[in-house]
Amino acid sequence: MAKYEYSFYPGCSSQSKASSVNYQKSTQTICEELDIQLNDIPDWNCCGASIGYGGGGELPRISLSARNIAQSQQAHGQQDIVATCAACWLATREAKERIEDSEKVRTGVNAALGEIGIEIATEMPKTRHMVEVLIEDVGYNEIAEKVKRPLEGLKIAGYVGCQTNRPFGIDGESYENPKYLDKMIETVGADAVVNYDKKVSCCGGALMFSEPQKSQALVKDIIESAYDGGADMIVTPCPVCQMNVEVYQGQINKDHGTNFNIPVVYYSTLMSVAFGRNAKDAALDGQMIRAKQLEDIANK
Amino acid sequence: MSDMNTAMVEKYRSSFLKEVEANVEEGDWVKMCMQCGVCSGSCPMENNWEHPPQELFMMIRANKREEVLSSSSMWMCTSCYNCIARCPRGLPITHIMHGLAHYGKRLGLAPKEQPTVKFSQLFWDNLTKTGRVNELKLGLSLYFMNGFGEGIKTALKMKDVGLGMMKTGRLNPFEIFGGHSCKGASDIKKMLAKAKEIEESNTAEFKG
Repeated sequence: MAKYEYSFYPGCSSQSKASSVNYQKSTQTICEELDIQLNDIPDWNCCGASIGYGGGGELPRISLSARNIAQSQQAHGQQDIVATCAACWLATREAKERIEDSEKVRTGVNAALGEIGIEIATEMPKTRHMVEVLIEDVGYNEIAEKVKRPLEGLKIAGYVGCQTNRPFGIDGESYENPKYLDKMIETVGADAVVNYDKKVSCCGGALMFSEPQKSQALVKDIIESAYDGGADMIVTPCPVCQMNVEVYQGQINKDHGTNFNIPVVYYSTLMSVAFGRNAKDAALDGQMIRAKQLEDIANK
Repeated sequence: MSDMNTAMVEKYRSSFLKEVEANVEEGDWVKMCMQCGVCSGSCPMENNWEHPPQELFMMIRANKREEVLSSSSMWMCTSCYNCIARCPRGLPITHIMHGLAHYGKRLGLAPKEQPTVKFSQLFWDNLTKTGRVNELKLGLSLYFMNGFGEGIKTALKMKDVGLGMMKTGRLNPFEIFGGHSCKGASDIKKMLAKAKEIEESNTAEFKG
């Protein structure tokens, strides 16, 4: 039996050949190293994400998460639900809160689930972000013990972004200057950029798709601030942050006359490399802007 | 939806605040706003909207119904939750913005040509079809939401992004033929229809 076990909610962007499949791959790798077993929620569905509000009202949106919670309970009992995606985590956690707090929501959700013959049994399990599991259950010490190839000499800007940080955030961390990502960077042997003043700024989220100019202006500042701090690369815990900050650098360069070319990776990518795994296990082949320094360490 | 709009105007005549409290997600919090402006100062979209959040709250109290519900301001919410984290009175501002946006759209008052209004519906339609988001179809529907000519132009502009995503295994061209889906896709549709029906009957039944 694995040392840690959770019910896992992968989310749409982590599916095979979807936009954050590299996050999923590197997460699998660190889970193998840290003896974490993730049990997929059978037939899980989309959480509605942040932009779902336009088409779906309160009850339809919460029902989506409620179905996932019910499916999780049915297959994995009261195991904590773990999500790697910030929006998946937020929506599922929020749904639990609303169902518990509002009788109107609870009655509505129960009726909607009843329509398809499923129900939320007893108390709902907690929904946690992968980062919470790493910090609270595994701990920095155990992560440090697994480091075989410290990422020495690398300077990394820890871009926490929005939804992993707000409204719930990571327990014990400040909304304005959370330190956990910097601690993770230090734990794998790299240097964190201090005073990274865009650490918790918004990348624009879904507005990157509908109103790209507005969103790209935000991303420009996030990248500039990382360069100002002397960063070799940016690390993030969020799939939308990763995508928005990495893949539009060419467009931003064209529109703003900048010359950005900074890799943006996940914490799980850093850990995979530091744990001694190869470039493929760390999903470095999923980088649009290649993280050459990490590749060199991984290929050593 | 214009019939519903007329009915709501009749029902809540000269008390838009009551209408918001009863029908907008988390709308009962609006009256708690003390106009400090911390939300507006914390919003990443501050250079883009017509009305800052605290102004929208005051406009609700001042019965500026049409102006609020047809505003594009709340559609610019990026869901970053900075306003919620900082509001000294603990208003769930992000949710109120989403709620106002959705209610305006239900009544047919949301600005028709606003790109995020269109995109949010495309996103919802995309995910409810199979229970999961099909990123390729979503991207294409976004490019072509303003017609074929515009679509080709956008697709060309975004060519490098698309090709880069494909090369790194993060976009699957075969998703066009179906892609990821839930086994319970038809159940999910049924569940959502029921949830919508309940939400609409709650709105209709409220005695404000």
